[in-house]
Amino acid sequence: MQQIVNFFLRNKATLLFLLLFGLSLMFTIQSHSFQRSQFIHSANFLSGGVYNTTNNISKYFDLIEENNKLQEENSKLRALVFNSASISDHSFIDSTYYTKNYKVTPAIIINNSYEKANNTLLINKGIQDSLESDLAVISSKGIVGITRNLNSKYATVISILNTTISISAKLKQTNHFGSINWNTKNPNYVQLTQMPKIAPLKKGDTIVTSGKSSIFPKNIPVGIIEGFKLDNAENFYIINIKLFNDMTSLDHVYIIKNQNKKLINELIDLENE
Amino acid sequence: MNNIIGQNIIRFIILVLVQVSILNHINFLGDINPYLYVLFIVLFPLRNNRLAFISIAFFLGISVDMFSDTGGIHAGASVFIAYIRPLITKFSFGTLNEFHSVKFNNIDFIKRITYIIIIVFFHHLMLFSLEYFSLTHIITILKHTLLSGLFTAILILLTTIIFSNKSK
Repeated sequence: MQQIVNFFLRNKATLLFLLLFGLSLMFTIQSHSFQRSQFIHSANFLSGGVYNTTNNISKYFDLIEENNKLQEENSKLRALVFNSASISDHSFIDSTYYTKNYKVTPAIIINNSYEKANNTLLINKGIQDSLESDLAVISSKGIVGITRNLNSKYATVISILNTTISISAKLKQTNHFGSINWNTKNPNYVQLTQMPKIAPLKKGDTIVTSGKSSIFPKNIPVGIIEGFKLDNAENFYIINIKLFNDMTSLDHVYIIKNQNKKLINELIDLENE
Repeated sequence: MNNIIGQNIIRFIILVLVQVSILNHINFLGDINPYLYVLFIVLFPLRNNRLAFISIAFFLGISVDMFSDTGGIHAGASVFIAYIRPLITKFSFGTLNEFHSVKFNNIDFIKRITYIIIIVFFHHLMLFSLEYFSLTHIITILKHTLLSGLFTAILILLTTIIFSNKSK
């Protein structure tokens, strides 16, 4: 007994080191698994508040650019409104089906990262704005990521520039689909894997989301094909996609909530049991 | 004694705030950031309670982690260098006894540089190993360690020189 106590006393620094190092290793591994939420994250009172202050200061620097982006989107939406009005003169739109399916919440990014292997964003909307985890986040140009941790006022978003994320996407022309990953090399490019060999690919083709999960709606733009090659087994293509979004300068985003998500997931869970 | 504790608390807060609000967003050449908060561990009094030192290093790392959503990679790296720092000081300053009472800025310049570079190198190596967490990215890890490490080491050296002149 004496010896055991002595052993602990002699090696207390080493033991403390192993304990704390193990703890940080645990946090790290936890943050690498996409499904579970993190214990230490930036969507809390302290860091959310600090980032809110710094963002309040720094957002003045790119007001002009952001205004241009908003103007661009407004004009696009206006065009859409005009077009749909002219169509509705002739055909019938079931508004109960179309308008209530997806709910859109605007938000502002108050912290952004793109230089790490697993990047996350912080947005200024949280549970108070009826957000939850696993919602789609898009900007005016294309997909941004998926929400993960939330508190009452803030939420973290897993960026598509993250090795743990995987989003189903398809060719706009032919509906062949694969999943989007990131190889950490360049924030302007993501990779589309598991695209069947049979798919007719061309440089410059557009990639959109496939709508095969309950998170992202169909046909949200992702990017254009920059190059492609067969994988080692020569069964699937690995496609390099240039993103429409400039992930290094994001500000205004929209969070899309699928109102029928619960129903869909219940059905999927039933199938898996 | 109180003076030293207060000084370290203020240094802790300032370094974490500067790190998360400014330095994490530099992204020089795409993805190279300096990690100046290592300066806290570099400057921590040489004569110290080892248990307290390791615990404080852990809190330093976890604070930076909390702001940058990186799990526990900064905590792991900080705890690691806090644990091996006695070996590094022994290597770079020779036998320690005479240095306990000497101020950091009075130590020979070359010895100081060696000490900073070794600490920064091990910190960054551990940091990026934890961040990528896979052997297939070993080249990227080494590249980031060297480039970011150089950036950090220069910044730490400059900071120590600037602030030593002011206090005299």
